[in-house]
Amino acid sequence: MSTIDSKIPEGPVAEKWTNYKAHQRLVNPANKRKLDIIVVGTGLAGASAASTLAEMGFNVYNFCIQDSPRRAHSIAAQGGINAAKNYQNDGDSVYRLFYDTVKGGDYRAREANVHRLAEVSNNIIDQCVAQGVPFAREYGGLLANRSFGGAQVSRTFYAKGQTGQQLLLGAYSSLNRQINAGKVKSFNRYEMHDVVIVDGRARGIIAKNLVTGKFERFSANAVVIATGGYGNTYFLSTNAMGCNCSAAIAAYRKGAYFANPSYVQIHPTCIPVHGDKQSKLTLMSESLRNDGRIWVPKNIEDAKKLQKGEIKGSDIPEENRDYYLERRYPAFGNLVPRDVASRAAKERCDKGFGVNNTGLAVFLDFSDAIKRLGIDVVRQRYGNLFDMYEEITDVNPGQLAREINGEKYYNPMMIFPAVHYTMGGIWVDYELQTSIPGLFAIGECNFSDHGANRLGASALMQGLADGYFVLPYTIQNYLADQAIWPKIPTDNEEFAKVEKHCVEEQTRLMNIKGKRSVDSIHKELGHIMWEYVGMGRTAEGLKTALEKLKELRKEFETNLFIPGSQEGLNIELDKAIHLRDFIIMGELIATDALHRNESCGGHFRVEYQTEEGEAKRDDENFFYVGCWKYEGDDNTAPSLIKEPLEYEAIKVQTRNYKN
Amino acid sequence: MKVTLKVWRQANAKAKGEFVTYKDVETTPDTSFLETLDILNESLVERGEEPITFDHDCREGICGMCSLYINGHPHGPATKATTCQLYMRRFKDGETITVEPWRSAGFPVIKDLMVDRSAYDKIQQAGGYVSFNCGGAPDANALPISKEKADLAMDAATCIGCGACAAACKNGSAMLFVSAKISQFALLPQGRPEAARRARAMVAKMDELGFGNCTNTRACEAECPKGISITNIARMNREFLKAKFKD
Ligand SMILES: Cc1cc2nc3c(=O)[nH]c(=O)nc-3n(C[C@H](O)[C@H](O)[C@H](O)COP(=O)(O)OP(=O)(O)OC[C@H]3O[C@@H](n4cnc5c(N)ncnc54)[C@H](O)[C@@H]3O)c2cc1C
Ligand code: FES
Repeated sequence: MSTIDSKIPEGPVAEKWTNYKAHQRLVNPANKRKLDIIVVGTGLAGASAASTLAEMGFNVYNFCIQDSPRRAHSIAAQGGINAAKNYQNDGDSVYRLFYDTVKGGDYRAREANVHRLAEVSNNIIDQCVAQGVPFAREYGGLLANRSFGGAQVSRTFYAKGQTGQQLLLGAYSSLNRQINAGKVKSFNRYEMHDVVIVDGRARGIIAKNLVTGKFERFSANAVVIATGGYGNTYFLSTNAMGCNCSAAIAAYRKGAYFANPSYVQIHPTCIPVHGDKQSKLTLMSESLRNDGRIWVPKNIEDAKKLQKGEIKGSDIPEENRDYYLERRYPAFGNLVPRDVASRAAKERCDKGFGVNNTGLAVFLDFSDAIKRLGIDVVRQRYGNLFDMYEEITDVNPGQLAREINGEKYYNPMMIFPAVHYTMGGIWVDYELQTSIPGLFAIGECNFSDHGANRLGASALMQGLADGYFVLPYTIQNYLADQAIWPKIPTDNEEFAKVEKHCVEEQTRLMNIKGKRSVDSIHKELGHIMWEYVGMGRTAEGLKTALEKLKELRKEFETNLFIPGSQEGLNIELDKAIHLRDFIIMGELIATDALHRNESCGGHFRVEYQTEEGEAKRDDENFFYVGCWKYEGDDNTAPSLIKEPLEYEAIKVQTRNYKN
Repeated sequence: MKVTLKVWRQANAKAKGEFVTYKDVETTPDTSFLETLDILNESLVERGEEPITFDHDCREGICGMCSLYINGHPHGPATKATTCQLYMRRFKDGETITVEPWRSAGFPVIKDLMVDRSAYDKIQQAGGYVSFNCGGAPDANALPISKEKADLAMDAATCIGCGACAAACKNGSAMLFVSAKISQFALLPQGRPEAARRARAMVAKMDELGFGNCTNTRACEAECPKGISITNIARMNREFLKAKFKD
């Protein structure tokens, strides 16, 4: 069996990163100019890494599938980014951010990585402000903060409801500076199809120019993948339409381990599904839980009337409302972590208390906040989210609905959990290197820092930590002796072989000439995943899922139809490549979920819960990172390799948000 | 509800395009406009035809990927909303809706409704940044910035770079876009040291790429899905004049 070396440095957890940096190998300036690095992806992780590596002197080739680096999915992040600045003097510290993140991740993250993340969090805010990111400020001119789930301090920095946009535009501006300086070559509307391995090391990629339809070869001394998460496996998610896991799966097929795929985050506050024509789900920022209160009716009769449309939420008086999060988790109330909030919503809806026509929705209510703060303050905080909600649903949560006995009631929002983020990803060691030498993975596409559940505002932090402050150091430890290796010419036979394979794959899919569209099969995949591999998983359900996924893969392989040709731009063909890999991803998620006989974070197995319905971990048997190794073809089950977790600074406990 | 979609089809950049009419597309008022295009595309694929190519990604009004001229307006009839945020309840049952790509010299058509907006990237590359290297930044609170200034900078920075401003302008001017970026940096102390150089470089690039002049018709402001104000153009002009004085 293969073993795994996570390369965690020696020493106490708080000193590891400092020690590492003091002793790692560096590349001298003259050699940096000779080294080429491919960065696939221009989200927060990819753009920050590409610009920083170029600033250091490396030559960078940077790819994205959109028409501009600025449009990477990171742009859509709303709520904010965490840092341990303690500007609010509420007792925050590097240790507390570290502790909250490990606890929030249900004790399934690597301690050393998370501590490093908390350490560099403050530099990120400094970096972004220096770039001109217009974070929200107080009247005194200093930076403002808000609170997010899973924390009792106010450590989230934000730019209205557009934090991801502003952070990405900041990284994009640094990237532009390097493009202008000629240090970054930017390839937009390009999709990486495969990685090229020569003598066991990643030495380049094959990418498709999406406009011409032609494959091109790119050689480099190292390859960095920053291609985001795999949430769209579920078809409906809050992810952008183009989000895909094809680059990650390409790496996996080439031998990179895939870690903890079953850790999928289902976000509690999304606009409920309304019909079968829907293409994606819209997130309502977690920041709404700062002031919004989540409830369903106390009486099942009221719920039934709501479902039939006979009454509205605002018709139900205070005393008949069940603020179930405040009831179950008095210490954190509406600010419990996402996995806890999502399961609690499912629990109420499963019991019949859902509040819309499908019975799959709960209320998020601002009446209290408006009473306390006034409508102007509430609108200032959430106005753009209210408008977005109204645009989609025709209801504005800031509008007075009625008065009962002098109490003012506003239209509540309706929300329901939806797939949002993937904690699992390509396995990386402490240096963010995958199990393939020379291949690195950063941002959401790696598994590194969030354990089994990610806290709000921590993905942006991780993406930028990886790209600005971690990878630019750790990659040098690998590159230090690479300058003496001759560059691999792209007419090398390995490049030719991999490119040929990419072309043949497309031809194979085009030639199926069956009856079904990509989307119709993708929707079916989504149904299987949501039904059996969603919020409440059982061994039996997961086995069913694996069988159905196998059949679905066969359906895809034999009954797919792609119109048009391989020449030029073909959006259906590009979607088909993504779907091919989503199906494999679905199988990986289900396989991992079936093997993990415990409940933790985003992975909830119905068989493993306490009497009160809380997740029951099994630290004795599952205190490890589950890494899956590809066994040569899609029909052979992957093998499991375990990376044991070692905790020295934090005592592993049952997560408690009650008191 | 049913609508008729009259859509611009063009096989590639060089091909001659034409309108194709698709009758009786079934949709519902709470379906989005792009989902209605999805429905049409799905039926085209079922008939063995190529679907309509259009740009889109976040479908939340923030990435700036979607475009489209709908019934003569960039991003359609709704104000302060992108095409992806447009819902069918804005249209009447049975209505005929005309859908075209951005028509602007700066944005050539790639295929169907998809255009090439790389000119906007090039303008940003010419100077849309603060010159400093990662790692050397001072503490974020070392430099207080008044809330008013920060908020104004934020308003300017809200631009999603979709291209509606240039597409709406009869001169094909990209002034609103360029001025929003120049303003964001000019308003903040971090951006001041390079303000003159930046204004000069970005304006020169915009001219070089063939965007037209601004004649103050304000069409850009009216059609901008993010409500970017043309006061940014006045601010840019001030910065540009200052830069000229320095020459
Ligand atoms: C609606 C929403 C709101 C969110 N809000 C928050 C928040 O408030 N706070 C927070 O911390 N997190 C938030 N998140 C999560 C966070 O936004 C993401 O986890 C993070 O932005 C991912 O960044 P990334 O750089 O890893 O990847 P992405 O931003 O997804 O970028 C992926 C990049 O890879 C490119 N790419 C993909 N495949 C290929 C390929 N095959 N070839 C070439 N290029 C490719 C894409 O073009 C893109 O440039 C939110 C997520 C969503 C969906
Ligand atoms: S698709 Fe992103 S703004 Fe419309």
